[in-house]
Amino acid sequence: MIDSRYKHIFLFPALLVLVAIIIFPLIYTVRLSFSGWDINRPGLDSVGWANYARALVDGGFWNSMGTLYQMVFFCVLFEYTLGFGLALLLWKQVKAGRFFRLLFIIPMCVTPVVMAVVWKTIFHETLGPLNDILNWFGIAGVPWLSEATPAFISIVLVDVWQWTSLMFILLLAGLMSLPKEPYEAAQIDGAGPIRTFVHVTFPLMAPITIGALVIRLIESSKLMETIYAMTSAGPGSATETTSYLLYIRSLREFQIGYTASLSMIYLVILIIALALFAKLLSRALIGRSEART
Amino acid sequence: MKPKLLLAAGALGVASLIAVGGVSSASADTDYIAKYGIKADVPGMCSYSSIDAKDYTGHEITILTHAVPVMGEPAALHSKQFAELTGGTVNVVHAPFGELYQKVMIPFQTGQHVYDVVYGGSYWIGDWAPHLAPVPQKYLDLAEMKDATAAYQGVASWRGERLQYTVDGDRHYFKYVRPPFEDAENQAKFKAQYGRDLEVPTTWEEYAEVATFFNGWDWDGDGELEYGSTEIVQRDNIAFSNFITRVAAYAKNPNVTGGFWFDLDTMTPQVNNPGFVKGLEMWMAALEYMPPGGINFGIAEEIFSWGGGQSLMSVTWDDAFIQAMQEDSPIRNKILVGTKYGASMGSNKVWNRVTNKWDEFETPSVAPYVAWGWGAGVSKYSQEQEMAFDWFCFFSNYANTNHDLLIGRFGVNPFRTSHMDPAYWEKEAGWNNDVAVSYTNMLKSMDTSTNRVFDLRVPGVNQYYTAMMASVSKAMAGEMSAQAALDEVAAEWSRITERIGVDVVREAYKNVVALEDNVPLSAVK
Repeated sequence: MIDSRYKHIFLFPALLVLVAIIIFPLIYTVRLSFSGWDINRPGLDSVGWANYARALVDGGFWNSMGTLYQMVFFCVLFEYTLGFGLALLLWKQVKAGRFFRLLFIIPMCVTPVVMAVVWKTIFHETLGPLNDILNWFGIAGVPWLSEATPAFISIVLVDVWQWTSLMFILLLAGLMSLPKEPYEAAQIDGAGPIRTFVHVTFPLMAPITIGALVIRLIESSKLMETIYAMTSAGPGSATETTSYLLYIRSLREFQIGYTASLSMIYLVILIIALALFAKLLSRALIGRSEART
Repeated sequence: MKPKLLLAAGALGVASLIAVGGVSSASADTDYIAKYGIKADVPGMCSYSSIDAKDYTGHEITILTHAVPVMGEPAALHSKQFAELTGGTVNVVHAPFGELYQKVMIPFQTGQHVYDVVYGGSYWIGDWAPHLAPVPQKYLDLAEMKDATAAYQGVASWRGERLQYTVDGDRHYFKYVRPPFEDAENQAKFKAQYGRDLEVPTTWEEYAEVATFFNGWDWDGDGELEYGSTEIVQRDNIAFSNFITRVAAYAKNPNVTGGFWFDLDTMTPQVNNPGFVKGLEMWMAALEYMPPGGINFGIAEEIFSWGGGQSLMSVTWDDAFIQAMQEDSPIRNKILVGTKYGASMGSNKVWNRVTNKWDEFETPSVAPYVAWGWGAGVSKYSQEQEMAFDWFCFFSNYANTNHDLLIGRFGVNPFRTSHMDPAYWEKEAGWNNDVAVSYTNMLKSMDTSTNRVFDLRVPGVNQYYTAMMASVSKAMAGEMSAQAALDEVAAEWSRITERIGVDVVREAYKNVVALEDNVPLSAVK
């Protein structure tokens, strides 16, 4: 009984922090979402479900969700593929392996806004180096930020450039923690590198894969600073993600109550989508490897 | 000591003090000039010597201003000087433009006193008005304040009360590089292609022809391609100002009073009338003669592009022009501003929203855009209002303003009648006479025009502008037609007006109509 009391006392500070930085803001946001707080009417009044009703017919909001999910899909797909490839390359002892590991994690360490500004300069269609390099090889310059598809690709490229490092670290750590025995068995069975990867490495990495993908899906769904710095959600609405839209609605337009309702809808959809994704992926990867054994 | 000797010694001592005091006064004046790099300390309540006489030891104010350099750098500089002179503490907080609005509004709305002085876009006055302290009469009586032109006094006022301290004046105007127009070979080629003489354009149609002619070839012999026009087009990067510039000539009718943005009587948005649509269609077509990537140009790219000689013409802010006239600019003294009819491009046809027809004009009708510029005020929640107003007084005294005007990156642009004297620019900035005259004539023409366009300075202005540019940018990107985009804007504006309150917006918009029609507020019904 004395142990139990001490346990609760030691847990209390962490609980307090949790309430302060997660629970209270969440509850407050829910409350805000039922208020009409805007530039003209500050304060926590009550407008019932009006904000949510308005959100349901807000075409801009739903378009931004569509753009976001397309971007997230491509970002995470490329980050996972490239990250896994780099991790496999540096998994075993290679010359200057430590140097390359350090090199590959540098992009992740740079502030996203700073990188976005640098990349914007690189993508500049008359003054940036990228189109000049393409021209040297006889390729016409690309309208990187001034047409919808290239702008979309540019944002994905910058995100992939920066966050493949995170995937790389997570997957490399996972690879390094794998047991040796299955590999020895595969070697004895005469399996080549591709079969070993498909039947041993990839299945064993399933839990790490799921964790890394979920982490990266959550993070990339907040994609905002890169867009803010590079395209301001343009051209047109080609790169307008939900986070950007929420920023504009709340802090530029000061529609605090309405934006809180958009945030709640966005959060609920994200949680449901992630939960479904994790479950399906678990079944696909872990379920299959268990069936095999 | 004998009394007579004592008296003589005292008199001598007093005389010495007076002499020393006199020498000190002269030295103090010289000291300000040498120490602070000003040309002269112009006497008055806001002068260096007057502010030096104030003692704010133990007092502290916090200024929220823009990031360095635009407005942020002069604010930091003069804050340091003010603190040295008065003994007070002046904290300067910098924020990028995109964050200024919320950094100001959140403390205002939540009742937290954080900043004593706030900077931002002057068009936010509709939202700021309930939270700013009126400028006291003793400052309004200053020569510096009375010298502000009527337009900029109006911009700083709300419902007849001066709420913003005038520290800047901005406008959009036409600017161009002159030598290509004067080149005989260019003139011959243009005439052969267009069947008319190559002249400085006066309408947007002529602008398009000239820009197209000069687009995509090396007309200045520097080995690089040049282009026709550079403008600010990037969505959410103050592109709304360039949109206004583009539509004004077609939609602001000199025969029609009572509202450019709304019909004041019905509060019906006008943003999708044929005048606005025509302006947007011309702007969409203009992408063809902008540098590659022009649709993504913000103000920094525009200043660099036009100021660096990449394009022939531009219709935007003062900053690019002042930057282009700096000592190290390749086009210094090779640029002029305005047209023979006004500050910007005009139109021979202007939409009349009353008759629902196009009005024809033999001489192009010009509707100059008195763009928002920097607005700044003292928070009414400040406990140090006197110090804050003295800070403003010092910031915008003649010495400091005359110094700041000459540094393009500072973002301080002409707002006083005395700034519209060409001699000032010739003498202080080393401009050629024709450039100085061209510039100041343009400034004067905007101030006296009775057909001007101002920003939509009403509560919730950011909602209106964001909605506007979200749809306009879709049209610019080819996602929808100009009419469809502006219909979308009009619909959203109606919803916004309903939410904020039709009467609230109407009462606020009357202030704008007074400025547009250049009449007293009482004359607006």
